[in-house]
Amino acid sequence: MLNQIQQLGANTLGTLQGLGRATLMLFGALWGRPRPLKNWHLYLKQIYVVGVLSLLIILVSGLFIGMVLALQGYTVLAKFGAEQMLGPLVALSLLRELGPVVTALLFAGRAGSALTAEIGLMKATEQLSSMEMMAVDPLRRVIAPRFWAGVISMPLLALIFNAVGILGGHLVGVDWLGVDAGGYWSAMQANVDFQQDVVNGVIKSIVFAFVVTVIALHKGFDAVPTSEGISQATTQTVVTASLAVLGFDFVLTAVMFGG
Amino acid sequence: MDKPLVDIQHLTFRRGDRVIYDDMSMQFQRGKVTAIMGPSGIGKTTLLRLIGGQLKPDSGQILFEGADIPTLSRQDLYQARKKMSMLFQSGALFTEMSVFDNVAFPIREHTRLPEAIIRTMVLMKLEAVGLRGARDLMPAELSGGMARRAALARAIALDPQLIMYDEPFAGQDPISMGVIVRLIRSLNDALGLTSIVVSHDVAEVMSIADYVYVVAERRVIGHGSPEQLRQHESPLVQQFLQGQADGPVPFHFKAADYATELMELSR
Repeated sequence: MLNQIQQLGANTLGTLQGLGRATLMLFGALWGRPRPLKNWHLYLKQIYVVGVLSLLIILVSGLFIGMVLALQGYTVLAKFGAEQMLGPLVALSLLRELGPVVTALLFAGRAGSALTAEIGLMKATEQLSSMEMMAVDPLRRVIAPRFWAGVISMPLLALIFNAVGILGGHLVGVDWLGVDAGGYWSAMQANVDFQQDVVNGVIKSIVFAFVVTVIALHKGFDAVPTSEGISQATTQTVVTASLAVLGFDFVLTAVMFGG
Repeated sequence: MDKPLVDIQHLTFRRGDRVIYDDMSMQFQRGKVTAIMGPSGIGKTTLLRLIGGQLKPDSGQILFEGADIPTLSRQDLYQARKKMSMLFQSGALFTEMSVFDNVAFPIREHTRLPEAIIRTMVLMKLEAVGLRGARDLMPAELSGGMARRAALARAIALDPQLIMYDEPFAGQDPISMGVIVRLIRSLNDALGLTSIVVSHDVAEVMSIADYVYVVAERRVIGHGSPEQLRQHESPLVQQFLQGQADGPVPFHFKAADYATELMELSR
C-alpha cells in the first residue's frame, strides 16, 4: 500500500518534471527575436514534411469518414422522414468534432511519431550536441521550425478533412441514397453557424496542433539516446498525444457547446 | 611561456553520487597538441563537454582565453564556442545534408558571405582532408574514416583557435588511422590551432602529442612530454602505457571472493 502511494507520487513528480522540461524547451525555442526570414527555407521544408506529406492520409480518411457518417445518419434519419437533415448532420459532426479530433489523432500517428524519432535520433547521433558546439542553438534551429510547421499545418489539414468529408457525405447521401442535392446543401447552410461551428472547430484544432506538436518534440528531445529509448519515446508520443487530444476535446466541447 | 589557451583549475565534477573528477588541474598551451589519455569510462569525453560549456562543474575554473566558461552568460558562451570546435566520436554529420552542405553549415550560420565565397572556403577545407571529390555524397554513403574526415573539415570551417578530438582513432582501420594522425598534426601546425586529443590509443597519441596527461582514478596520475612519460615512475602510468592486463588497475571487476561464490552456487 505504502509502495503504491510512493509510486503514485513518483509518477506525478515525473509527469510534472516532464511538463516543466517541455515548457523550458518551448520557451528556449520561441523566446527572443524570431528569425524566420533567415531560416525561411527550414520552415518551408518542415511544413512540407509535416503538412503536405500528411495530405494523402487526411484526404482518404476524411472521404471515408464523411461517407460512413452519411450512411449511418441516413438510416436513422430515414426512420423519422428527416433525410433532408443529412447535410447538417454530416457537416456539424465533422466541423465540431470529427474533423479536429480525427485529424489530430492521425497527425499524431503520422507526423508526431516521425518528429519524435527524427529528433531522438539526432540526439543519439550527437547531431544536436555538435550543433550546440558550433554555437548554433538546436532549440532555435531544429525545434522552432518543426513547432511552427505543426501548428500551422494541422488546422489547415483539419479544414481539408472537413471539406472532403462533406463531399464524401454528398457522394453517399445524394449520389447513392438519393437525398435531394439542393436540400443537402441548403439545410447545411441554414443550420451551420460560422462563429459557433466553424470557428470553434478551428480553435479546437489549433489547440490540438499545439498539444500534439509539443508532445512529439518534447518526447524526442527528452528521449534516452538509445535505440530502445527512441522506440519508447515514439510510442509514448502517439499514446500521450492521442489521450491528450481526447481529454482536451472533452474540456473544449464542454466550454464551447456545453451551456 | 605564453598563457595557456585553456586552463583548468581545481576542477571537481560529480555525476549523481559518483565523483568523476576530484580537484583536477591541467593546462593546454597555444599551438600545441595536448593529449588526454586514460582507461575508458573515466569521463574523458565529459572533460571536453566541460570545456565546451555543455556541462557545468561542481567547482573549479575552466578558463578559455582568460574567461571562465562555466560562469559565462549564454550569449558569451555562444561567442566563445565560435572560437572552438569539437570532433565527435561518431562524426555527428547532419544526415539530411550532403558533405558540402555539412561543411558549409557553420559558415552559413555565422556569416553573411556570398555563396561563391562559401563554395571556395568549403572546397579548401575539403581539399585539406582529401575529400574534395566526395562533396556531393550524403553522410550515409561515407565510410567511417571518411565521415570523420568530413566532420573534421566541418570543424575547421570557421578557423577555430581550439579543436577538441573525441577518440579520433577509435574504430578506424590502420590506413585511416594513419591519415587522421597526420591530419591532426598538420592541421595543428598549418592553421596555428591548439588541439586537445582525448584517446586511449597509446601508440598514436605518443607519436603526435607535444604534451600528455594521463588521467585515472578521478585525477591526473602523470603528465609530461611523451619521452618524460615513458620514464615515469608511477606503476599505474606504466601499466597503461604498456597495456598490461593486470597491475594497479586489477583485471577483475570488484567482486566477492571467488571460492565462496562458487560454493554458494553448488549448494
